[in-house]
Amino acid sequence: MSIITNINKAFDHRIRLGIMSILMVNEYADFNTLKELLGVTDGNLASHTKALDQSQYINIEKQFIGRKPNTRYSTTKLGRAEFKKHINALEKLINK
Amino acid sequence: MEAKNYLQDISEIKDLMNKSSRFISLSGLSGILAGLYALIGAAFAYWLVTNSARQYLILDGRIFRLVLLDLFLIAFVSIVTAIYLTTRKAKKNKVKVWDASSRRLILNFLIPLVAGGLYILIILGQQKYGQTAALMLIFYGLALVNAAKYSIGNIRYLGYIEIVLGLICAMLPGYGFWLWVLGFGILHIVYGAMMYFKYDMK
Repeated sequence: MSIITNINKAFDHRIRLGIMSILMVNEYADFNTLKELLGVTDGNLASHTKALDQSQYINIEKQFIGRKPNTRYSTTKLGRAEFKKHINALEKLINK
Repeated sequence: MEAKNYLQDISEIKDLMNKSSRFISLSGLSGILAGLYALIGAAFAYWLVTNSARQYLILDGRIFRLVLLDLFLIAFVSIVTAIYLTTRKAKKNKVKVWDASSRRLILNFLIPLVAGGLYILIILGQQKYGQTAALMLIFYGLALVNAAKYSIGNIRYLGYIEIVLGLICAMLPGYGFWLWVLGFGILHIVYGAMMYFKYDMK
């Protein structure tokens, strides 16, 4: 089954899929935006962004706005390509 | 079980992409009201001009200043109404009014609109006023098309129609007033009503 091989394990989770979806259509999103849109807890979101970062699918950019720390996320080239592959695989699975 | 799950995944992806990048709280009712204001304002301008001593519009007159003020009031009241109704709708749907997607929408709407507005004021200052209605329609249409990328709904098509009307208007400057009424009055009401029944009635 060649289709299954395109299903990316790194995206095979609701929240990671959500993070990628948001970042695909936005230049970047910060931690709180992601949290609000996905409706998840801080710790949960942090662990999933970390996982995506480790696969080098997203960039994490830490900075300060005034005194507040602010973390911005954006997709990497690799992340975009892999996500597209994943979506195509999903579509094929559904249309089967 | 698998296929069903993936189907749900896809719909969730679509939903998140829309929610995070497009502003969906524009109120249809504000379109209807903006159209009504435009009609009332146009009727007032028409009455002003036909009841003036000359029965046509000249620059530098008292009537002309009143017509400008009338235009300005229409725009102002329309914007205030849109802000009020959109805020109300956003609150009802529990979404933020002022977020990245609405900021982008407004910025992209304003760029062609402000450029066009300034251009119109400049050429009015140079006594060229035959194309004013056409220019207003064209620049407003461009602003709508530009903003459409960041909004859900069919604003894009409203924009196309306004641009076409503007071009027709440029060829028939004598009908400028009536085309303006059609573009800013009637079209807003039709479009607002369509949006209202499609999105707001739910």
